[in-house]
Amino acid sequence: MIKVENLHKHFGGFHAVDGATLEIEQGSITGLIGPNGAGKTTLFNVIAGVLTPTSGRVTMAGEDITGLPPHELFHKGLLRTFQIAHEFHSMSCRENLMMVPGDQIGERLWDTWFGRKRIADQERALRAKADEVLEFLTITHLADHKAGQVSGGQKKLLELGRTMMVDAKIVFLDEVGAGVNRTLLNTIGDAIIRLNQDRGYTFVVIEHDMDFIGRLCDPVICMAEGKVLAQGTLDEIKANEQVIEAYLGTGLKNKDMLEA
Amino acid sequence: MEFLNGFVALSNFVLVPAIAYGSQLALGALGVTLIYGILRFSNFAHGDTMAFGAMVTVLVTWAMQSIGISFGPLPTALLALPFGIAGAVLMVLMTDKMVYKFYREKKSKPVILVIVSMGVMFMMNGIVRVIIGPNEQQFRDGERFLIKAREFKNMTGLDEGLAIKSTQAITVVTAAIAVALLFWFLNKTRTGKSMRAYSDNEDLALLSGINPERVVAVTWIIVAALATIAGVLYGLDKSFKPFTYFQLLLPIFASAIVGGLGNPLGAIAGGFVVAFSEVMITYAWKKVLGYWLPDTLEPSGLVQLLSTDYKFAVSFMILIVVLLFRPTGLFKGKAY
Repeated sequence: MIKVENLHKHFGGFHAVDGATLEIEQGSITGLIGPNGAGKTTLFNVIAGVLTPTSGRVTMAGEDITGLPPHELFHKGLLRTFQIAHEFHSMSCRENLMMVPGDQIGERLWDTWFGRKRIADQERALRAKADEVLEFLTITHLADHKAGQVSGGQKKLLELGRTMMVDAKIVFLDEVGAGVNRTLLNTIGDAIIRLNQDRGYTFVVIEHDMDFIGRLCDPVICMAEGKVLAQGTLDEIKANEQVIEAYLGTGLKNKDMLEA
Repeated sequence: MEFLNGFVALSNFVLVPAIAYGSQLALGALGVTLIYGILRFSNFAHGDTMAFGAMVTVLVTWAMQSIGISFGPLPTALLALPFGIAGAVLMVLMTDKMVYKFYREKKSKPVILVIVSMGVMFMMNGIVRVIIGPNEQQFRDGERFLIKAREFKNMTGLDEGLAIKSTQAITVVTAAIAVALLFWFLNKTRTGKSMRAYSDNEDLALLSGINPERVVAVTWIIVAALATIAGVLYGLDKSFKPFTYFQLLLPIFASAIVGGLGNPLGAIAGGFVVAFSEVMITYAWKKVLGYWLPDTLEPSGLVQLLSTDYKFAVSFMILIVVLLFRPTGLFKGKAY
């Protein structure tokens, strides 16, 4: 589905992504883990077109999408959410969702004035869909609240909701569970599985919660210092020496050696 | 009677002119605030965009007058206005393509765009002067007054007259229509919502599939229309002279900042705050106070706080006070 080949992203002398190569299978829920500063979010940003890579190639279903702007990737079915929830703060939660589907009739200046009826029909359909999504996410009561005023966890739900407003092919979730309570996290997990099975979304999930990763993701990719360290099931990753070293440093091994 | 006379004098010299001037400033400030909210820089070329749009309108008005087209009692300039808007739209879209786009793609900092807009300002300034010359131009026709001072006196039997120039009435009506359309557009249409979304959160707007180039183009079109309307109304009300539009930049920015940069409602409120302060502080209150105060307290001086020569100082003072005590403006703007 998505192939990343030898991707580099440098900020001055700092190599945030330093030659990452990985492949994401169609229909999978791939977990992306790694210690803080491993380059996970930068990798997301480069794939999603927010940042242009220093070098390297990203392809989607064989098509080169390196450096395409985000709105074009959106129309190809590539969506992402943010680690720190983003929202249109001056609009209601429902309006936030209704913003998402691109190419609405009302976006054309001419039709704004002369296609009122068609726009109204489309808006009605979108509104119904938005309400459906809100209900699915159990936040119907927030429909008319300003999105800037709801809680952090609820904004996270809204982020996920956004990806449900269109038929996405692949969705990148950046710490969708951060700052969200257990019950809500399970709701989000259920939603992800359902979208994956019923609608065939491919997911890539950055997450620090290993239970969450373990429940959803296969395979899991571990990154450190801008490179891909290992790929496999969560148990394989957990047993990987290099991964343990990246997370805990070499201290533990030395301690083992001392005890032995 | 005394009170009424005082009130009529106040309306004649303060309220009516300030409302007309406030509408013009509000339209100008709306343009500045939209650019700030969506393109994220202070557009110093705005005054000269107004001058350019007004200039095209003046030229078309002259052409219409020379072939005998008129708009009855209304000024011919209103008929020419759509052409002026079209001219200004073409101009700003061209500048955007040729100048701003380059910096936008490089993701330049706002301060660089501000300097770039100053360059555009000088360019447009020059273009307008080359085409129409630096002098004052006359393009007003149609009925001069809606109510004449003498008629008002005869009608009411008061000593004081109230004159309402037709241009003042046209200014207020046109501004009201333009603002109503703008707010309907921003709040109710999908394009307007895309603009608000882009202003709220650019990254998210892009990742929601909103085409930034389209949002930017629509913004420029709206801004050019607002600027031309403001420029033509100001020119009709006072007179058309390229340099005055450059000077207007200060009260316009003061209005936008007083209201809160990036907030359209604030721009309108700010326009009226600045206009009323300016007119009231430079008005000689002797006449009105003469009616309102008991004879023993009648002022002997002019009771003028500031000479009209210093009217721009008022905008400066307002700017300083607002930036010191409430930098986000009356309504919460985007500049923190």
